Parts: sequence; structure tokens; C-alpha cells
Amino acid sequence: MAPHLKGRSPSGIPLNQDSSIVEIRNLRYAVSGRPIFDGLDVDIPRGKVTAVMGPSGTGKTTLLRLITGQVRADSGSIVVAGEDMRSLKRAELYALRRRMGMLFQNGALLTDFSVFENVAFPIREHTDLPERLIRQLVLTKLEAVGLRGAAELMPSELSGGMSRRVALARAIVMDPEILIYDEPFVGLDPISLGVILRLIRRLNDTLGLTSIVVSHDVQEISTVSDNVFLLSAGKVVARGSPQELRANPSEVVRQFVGGLPDGPVAFHYPAPDYFSQLLARGEDL
Amino acid sequence: MNLIKELWGSLIDSLVGLGAVVRFLLRMIVVTPSALLRFDLIVAQIYNSGALSLVIIMLSGLFVGMVLGLQGFQLLQRFGSEDSLGIAAAIGLVKELGPVVTALLFAGRAGTALASELGLMRATDQLSAMEMMAVDPITRVVVPRFLGGVIAMPLLAAIFSLIGIYGAQLIGVQIMGVDSGSFWSQMRGGVGLADINEGIVKSLIFGVACSLIAVYEGYYATPTAAGVGTATTRTVVTSAVVVLFLDYLLTAAFL
Repeated sequence: MAPHLKGRSPSGIPLNQDSSIVEIRNLRYAVSGRPIFDGLDVDIPRGKVTAVMGPSGTGKTTLLRLITGQVRADSGSIVVAGEDMRSLKRAELYALRRRMGMLFQNGALLTDFSVFENVAFPIREHTDLPERLIRQLVLTKLEAVGLRGAAELMPSELSGGMSRRVALARAIVMDPEILIYDEPFVGLDPISLGVILRLIRRLNDTLGLTSIVVSHDVQEISTVSDNVFLLSAGKVVARGSPQELRANPSEVVRQFVGGLPDGPVAFHYPAPDYFSQLLARGEDL
Repeated sequence: MNLIKELWGSLIDSLVGLGAVVRFLLRMIVVTPSALLRFDLIVAQIYNSGALSLVIIMLSGLFVGMVLGLQGFQLLQRFGSEDSLGIAAAIGLVKELGPVVTALLFAGRAGTALASELGLMRATDQLSAMEMMAVDPITRVVVPRFLGGVIAMPLLAAIFSLIGIYGAQLIGVQIMGVDSGSFWSQMRGGVGLADINEGIVKSLIFGVACSLIAVYEGYYATPTAAGVGTATTRTVVTSAVVVLFLDYLLTAAFL
């Protein structure tokens, strides 16, 4: 039996496996023979903001790709909203994805479409709603992210923070159950970062979503998340509330939370002996 | 021994690549009925691949026709049969130069545009974002571009041949003094429906080949700046070789 989530949300509600919207059991996944996950167990509770953190290259984005069915696991099970990802056919996977929204690292807006058309895109593709209703829905979502006034702009006219807010409006326009954020704070100025942080929390609570945020910005994400998973070397090395993570005595956790340059996660990439390499003849590295 | 091994490896790689392209084509064919329901998207792509290529096609057609007029006149004059310039130019353009040169120009103008557009969409996660919105990028983005190219190619080839014949007439009749009546009447009498059909079939097949190569290279481009550049280059080079190879096969088949 996989370990249950042990933390408590800021509101004090205990987290338990029964309310999980994503259940991952004994997940194994390798790329070109290199294992990324080797027996991963994760439960993501329904209705909460869950942060998935870890050093670069630990497979955080890969985990999102596995949860959303963009890649298939080698073995183990991933159950999302009651659906086993490994057994889904393309049509079933697309049906499940309609219940999800995803914010990509760079926003991934369709560059030929205006802000309005970007947000309207999923509605136009999946429904036959009249234009008047589409307009109302799009403007409502743009208002929620504070960009109703930018509806006519093109993506090339937006700043990085604005692009991500438009992408967020697009991600919520179909009223998803799960909202997934892939590194939402990368390259943002403090004001934009604060706006995105506030939106993550507010959208989660007002729309009754489950939010999964992949990030390595420890301080920022700790302020809005209910619970945190820390990944390292393909496994969960710590889990719980942000407070529990900060109090965790594990060396890996202390290095990550404290931002220490060296520790269990080595500063140096594995390499042959420094001096013998410097003194070696020839041009071979 | 190593050379044989390398050649064998290259052959296997080529076959695997060909298999991947055929699989991609089959995947497109499967979703084509649903893509046809959105005909407005296909019309937009006919405009992008076809209408926006018109200037280069018309200019090239005119110059190719003019060269054909000059060379044809010089050659036919030796045998005293310069009156046959019309039929020579028309047959050359309709059956051969029209489809082939149009396909090569299409690969350079529209093919590269398709490949780089799709490659850039891949590099900026736009295709992944569509998949996450439960929108199949093959149906929504790739197939309309493919069909747009396939439909545009015969139209462009026809326009190329038409302008080319005008170019040949301009040089042969207006400048070199070939009799206008002979020029047009020999063409009318000598160019049959079979010749025109050959040109149409060739340009259709070239349209399928060039559009398929462009969308395949773009869709599977490595999502980096260099990857998009490589996809664009491969589109032009592969299209040119495939068009010339197919042209030989088709010409032999029509004989």
C-alpha cells in the first residue's frame, strides 16, 4: 500500500487518499534507458493546491506529461479523476483532457490569434455556442485574470506575465476540474509573479479546482500551496504541508529549501579527475 | 566491410523514415473526413499555399516560357519547322515543365513556410497546448495545410503552363516572327486531353508529395531554432529529389 498524504491544509483539513484526484502507484518511466521515475507513489488531493518541487532535471515536467497522458509510463498505474491513463484510447484521453486545463511554461498562446480568440479557441472547437455567449464567457475569464482590456491585442504585444495570464484564462475557460501549472513563475518580474500566485489560489478556491503546480520557487509556491511533494532522483523524498517541509531534517530537503549550492544534489556534474584531465595530452575531453 | 555496413545502416534508416512518413500519411487520411467538415480552414490554406505563391509562379512561368520560345525557335529553325514552336512549347510546359518547376517552386515557397510554421508551433508548445485542450493538431492544423497544398498545386501548375505558353508566344510570334496562326493552330491540333491529364496527374501527385514532406518535417521538427532550420532545409532538398524521381516514374508510366 502506498503511503498516504500526511499533511494538513492551511485550513486544517486533514488530507487523505480517499479524496485523491490523481493516484500514482509504483510508476516507472525511463528515457533512452535512463530511469526518470523508479517506483514513484503520489496522491494529489482533490480541491487543493499541490506543489511538485525538486531540483532541475528530476522529472517534474515529465510527471505532468505522464499525468496528462502526453507520454505513457513504462509500468505502474496513473489514475486521474477515476480514469486509468494506461488503458485510455485517444478519444477517451481527449474526453479526460476536456476536464483539465494546463498552463505551459511560456504560455503557448496561438500566435496567429488575438487574446480574445486564444481564450475562445477551446469553446469554438468543442461547442456550438452562439457568438454572444462565447463573447460573454471569454470576457468573464479575461476579467478574472485582469486582462479584459487586452482582448484585442496579439500575443506578440503581451509581456511574459500577461501571456501567462491569458493562457490561464484559456486554461479555465472550459471550467476544468484540474488545473496544471508548469513552472508558472519562470522569468516573471515580482509584480507579475505576485499576480500569478494570487490567481492560483483565488481560482482554485472560487472555481473549486484542483491545482497542481510544478515549480522550484520554494518561497513563492509555499505561500499558496496546501501541500508539497519534493522529488529527487526519481522518487518523492518529502511530502506534507509547506511548514512540514521547512521543518524536515532530511539533507536533501534542507539543501533544496535553503538553496545550498552543494549537498546530496552535487554542484559538480559527474566527471573524471580534475587534475588528470587538465594534464592529459591530446584534445579529447 | 565497414562501407557495406554503413550502406546497410543507411538503407535501414531510410526505410524506417519512409515507414514513419507513410504512417503519418495514414493518420492524416483517417482524420481527413472530420477535417473536411471545417472547409474554411482548408480554403485559408489554399490561399496561403496557392494565392501567396502566385507571383513567383507567374513570373517563373513567363521566363521559362520565354526561354522555351527562344531555344525552341533556334532548334526548330534548323529543320525549317519553326511553325511547330507552339505545340513544342505547349507539350513541354503542360506535361513536364509546368508540374515539375511548379512543384520545385512550391517546395521552396509554400513548403518551407509550412515546415517552419509547424516547427515553430512545435517549438513554442502550441501543438502541445492544442493537445491539452483536447484538440487534435493533426485534424485542426496539419490536414488543412496538407489538403490546401494538394489542391493548390494543380491550379498553380495550370497557371504556370498558361503563362509559359504566353511567354513562348511572346518571343516566338511577337519577336522572332513565327506565324501566329500556325503557332496556335498546331498547338490546338497537337495537344490532346491525354497530355493535359498527364500534367494534372503529375501535379496532383507532386502536390501530395511536397505537402506531405513539408507537414511531416515541420510536425516532427526538433523543437529548437536549429531544429526548425533543419526541417526547412530538409523540406526543400527532399521535395526536390522526390519530385524529380517521381517525374521519371510517372513519365515512364504515361508513355
